[in-house]
Amino acid sequence: MKLAQRNYYGKALTELAKTRRDVVVLDADIAKSTKTSEFQKIAPDRFIEVGIAEQNMIGVASGLAISGKTVFVSTFAVFATGRCWEQIRLAVAYPKNNVKIVSTHAGISVGEDGASHQGLEDISIMRSIPNMVVISPADAYEAYSATLALAEYKGPCYMRLGRGVFPIVTEEGVKFNIGKAKVLREGKDITLIGTGQLVSTCLDAADVLKARGINAEVINVSTIKPLDTKCIKDSVSKTRCVVTAEEHSIIGGLGSAVAEFLLGELFVPLIRIGTNDTFGESGRAEDLMKKYGLTIENIVKAAEISIFKKNYGEAK
Amino acid sequence: MDVEKIQRIANILRLHVIEMTVAASSGHPGGSLSAADIVAVLYFRVMRHDCKNPVWADRDRFILSKGHAAPVLYAALAEAGYFPVDDLKTLRQLGSNLQGHPVYKKIPGVEASTGSLGQGLSIACGIALAGKIDTKNYKVYCMLGDGELQSGQNWEAAMLASNYNLNNLVAIVDRNRLQICGDTEEIMAIDPLPEKWLSFGWNVIESDGHNINKIIAAFENVKTFRTGPTVIIFNTVKGKGVSFMENNAEFHGKVCNKDEYARALTELKRLI
Repeated sequence: MKLAQRNYYGKALTELAKTRRDVVVLDADIAKSTKTSEFQKIAPDRFIEVGIAEQNMIGVASGLAISGKTVFVSTFAVFATGRCWEQIRLAVAYPKNNVKIVSTHAGISVGEDGASHQGLEDISIMRSIPNMVVISPADAYEAYSATLALAEYKGPCYMRLGRGVFPIVTEEGVKFNIGKAKVLREGKDITLIGTGQLVSTCLDAADVLKARGINAEVINVSTIKPLDTKCIKDSVSKTRCVVTAEEHSIIGGLGSAVAEFLLGELFVPLIRIGTNDTFGESGRAEDLMKKYGLTIENIVKAAEISIFKKNYGEAK
Repeated sequence: MDVEKIQRIANILRLHVIEMTVAASSGHPGGSLSAADIVAVLYFRVMRHDCKNPVWADRDRFILSKGHAAPVLYAALAEAGYFPVDDLKTLRQLGSNLQGHPVYKKIPGVEASTGSLGQGLSIACGIALAGKIDTKNYKVYCMLGDGELQSGQNWEAAMLASNYNLNNLVAIVDRNRLQICGDTEEIMAIDPLPEKWLSFGWNVIESDGHNINKIIAAFENVKTFRTGPTVIIFNTVKGKGVSFMENNAEFHGKVCNKDEYARALTELKRLI
């Protein structure tokens, strides 16, 4: 089954519109795409359209949060983080204001709109800001439960969601714990760490590896910051080699976060799957995922190389 | 508080500004001095606020968007009783709550973190919107530098404020005509300023920012507008109150040397 994360974000906002009087939602002229329009339908008095003005949107969100509101702001990932990075830094993160930046259309699977609209650096630039929590749910169910968790959490958060439909890999109705990763499949030979829709790709890769006699452990890291270092260390201490996979640049994303942690902890081979310091382009989502290497085959190949390095060192 | 007393307080704020920035060996005296009379009128006449209850839900809010004028804000908060006047001399020092630019929650009475120019009006809009949602009667005052208006985010906020009829929002422009590198009109012209605000749907008041009576009258005039946000453009003099600092862009971000300090103190003490 495949479902769109943003639809479930809309559903969760609907829930919040009914149960939480303190929740206010802002959007920058794409409410129908981000699905904040679902909140607007139920609580029009607590929905604020700011127009195409993301920097102002962050400032307004800051002022509302200062006044006791729990504020959700949404637009596409590129604009939600890049256009207003410094506003987020000063007006949201530094004073720890209760603002949730929830972006949609993250990653290359945005597709036809092309590079201008494909957010591939958002995790990196949000992760580098102190006080900021960074969340990247694996599927629509997790997007729903994470939205509710964000509303409970007091402080600045960034959550990225995709545009298209992603395979379901988690159970519906499970409470989302910010900062907790989850082992979805146990294995002893290698750890595959995924985030977003690449979690599903990791699970598929694990199936392929299984047929080749390799038992891969698969971890869903849906909170990239703070990273669940215990979960990762427990797994990697056992498997001694790693592949990370994300629909994001390998610079500064999940792979970097895992590498930064492991560097000081365990000397193990680690291969990062993601876009490789490049912009995307127009095309169908599935064709782009293939062209930019975000595939089952690539994860399988990386896993085999990683295992080889573990067993034989750098020699080919 | 009566006009004479406010005038005296304004000059006490100026004295603090000079002393603080000299003690810190850094800071922005010029734009703090130009804003002193307006800030004094706000804290000692216009705004409803309570230093004993800085988070009083119905208080009027003041956002210093031109955050580099922090010294005059800190001086006003201290004189208004939010924290001991003695703390002022810790400005910009390691471990002090009096950071180089205002930081939310570090000091009672500071309503937002500012210092990166162009952001304060958006934050003020958010607080004003919250006032509307919660049907509160408080007013939000946001002080902008004139050079700061070169930043586009202000105009995004200006558009939003009139679109949402934020008649609980008052923007204050400290129109001292100088920014760090010189004359605003030579660096990036912002005139005609009243027309710009008018075209964005704001009520516009122009006044003298160094005449206490006129400053009070300008804030009184805000009440005559029932709808829409209001901006007061106060014509001011950068460095006001210290002869050699007046209209001198050099003192935007430079503090007095030893001789200048002595002269400044003499001049200001004569006014108090």
